[in-house]
Amino acid sequence: MTAVINWLAEPLQYGFMQRGLVASVVVGIVCAVVGTYIVLRGMAFFGDALAHTILPGVAVGYLVSNGAREPLFWWALGTSVIASLGIGAISKSGRIKEDTAIGIIFAGMFALGIAIISTVRSYAVDLSHFLFGNVLGVTPQNLVWMIVFGGAVLLVVVAFYKEFLAISFDPILAATLRLPVNVYNNLMLVVIAITVAVAMQAVGVALMVAMLVTPAATASLLTRRLPAMMMTSAMLAAFSGVIGLYASYYLGISSGSAIVLTATIIFAIAFLFAPRRGLLRRAK
Amino acid sequence: MIHHARHQKDQPILDVSELSIRYDGRPALEDVSFHLNPGESVAVVGPNGAGKSTLLKVVAGVLRPTTGRVTVFGSGPAGHVCIGYVPQRSQVDMRFPVSVADVVMMGRIARLGLFGMPKKKDWEFVHAALETVGMVELENRQIGELSGGQQQRMFIARSLAQEAELMLMDEPLAGLDSPSQEGLLGLLGELQDRGVTVMVAIHDLDQAARYFDRIMLLNHRLLAFGTAADVLTPEILHHAYGGKLRFVEGRAITDTCCDGDAHDGSD
Repeated sequence: MTAVINWLAEPLQYGFMQRGLVASVVVGIVCAVVGTYIVLRGMAFFGDALAHTILPGVAVGYLVSNGAREPLFWWALGTSVIASLGIGAISKSGRIKEDTAIGIIFAGMFALGIAIISTVRSYAVDLSHFLFGNVLGVTPQNLVWMIVFGGAVLLVVVAFYKEFLAISFDPILAATLRLPVNVYNNLMLVVIAITVAVAMQAVGVALMVAMLVTPAATASLLTRRLPAMMMTSAMLAAFSGVIGLYASYYLGISSGSAIVLTATIIFAIAFLFAPRRGLLRRAK
Repeated sequence: MIHHARHQKDQPILDVSELSIRYDGRPALEDVSFHLNPGESVAVVGPNGAGKSTLLKVVAGVLRPTTGRVTVFGSGPAGHVCIGYVPQRSQVDMRFPVSVADVVMMGRIARLGLFGMPKKKDWEFVHAALETVGMVELENRQIGELSGGQQQRMFIARSLAQEAELMLMDEPLAGLDSPSQEGLLGLLGELQDRGVTVMVAIHDLDQAARYFDRIMLLNHRLLAFGTAADVLTPEILHHAYGGKLRFVEGRAITDTCCDGDAHDGSD
């Protein structure tokens, strides 16, 4: 028994591990709840693109602040909100197919970000942190911002629950109820943008989409009502964060990838064995 | 809060005048004018791509006309929450994690207001609506577990919970077997008894003639609007459908291509 407790407690003697643990749980919960709408609205590609598109903003912040980490949150946040509303507007213009337009912008911006970072000598290490995250590098100040902005995101999702539900399920109904559909669509884009900024340091831009869709997709296999889906998604993501971080500590693997892999394994198990919608159940 | 437009009772429930709407330069509807009386039921018929869905969406205030005017009780439809729109089932994701009661409660959202939670009165509206469509015992079902006819009834219940006075339905019979179709058409009569004005896009001219007060024949323009005897004459039908009209066992079928899931090309 004490062996287990020691095994669990040992990593927590380090401040960076404690912060990493809290950060991965916070990021997991926020991404999972917002991710519910991303899964239901079929916005996975948008989420992936948005995460990659913020790289040049983060890169500029990185140069301007001479490699300091803390201001990067604000650079990520600003770029993310602008990129989210921008991609949202382009999707509606209709000259080029939506996914093509998003693909062009996201690859171009991503390349620009890499180009900017590559002007710095030590770029390989820093770039990998931007791409794949470094939850163990979260400072106390970072953690406060993550909790404040993550909390704000959850508050908005709860406060506008019925409006977000209506515009996602049946936009024509929302219009006949005279809800300002465009305002809520843009509010949702801003919420997703803030979520991306909050999660950037933990999982990085390249793995972000996994945090946004994997726990929510698992929850969709296990639940039949939206509130239950959100709760389940949040719990699975928090669990993945904790398990992933311990795996990272004891196996010596990158924290972001450990968290994502844990979430992916849980999805695979649910996909095979879910009571109603699992593969095995349906095969019978 | 939503500000509901005042209903001027001396005005018709729906007045459409010289309505035109274009998509990418192509006219979907041209110079359509008509008005509806409270409590009447109207079947909207016409070939595929005739602009039936477009007309319903303009009347609902979801699409804006390019020119012309739509008024509901004397003012533009975009100010009214009394217009219920029953979507085609194929337009809605039936895997969405909501129950029947959740969907019907969505009809109450405008009346709950910002940050408002459903109160006892709202649940009473939901239950009464489910009772009207005969689905009280299914209220906790996930919507994907319902039959097509039940899904359609659920959307009608949602419009009832919305307290709709004008109900617009886009091909509600599409893809339903004939007992479900008959059941739904019977339900429309019940809505009429409650004073609800209904406007329904439909394919089967025989059903249009049997179940509706008036028939509107549309093919980009309003070709005819009146009782079945006035509208369903061989000349007018030939004008609307050309050679595409089939008669099966004495019934005129307007959908020439495939099953009921075929949808207007105009939207």
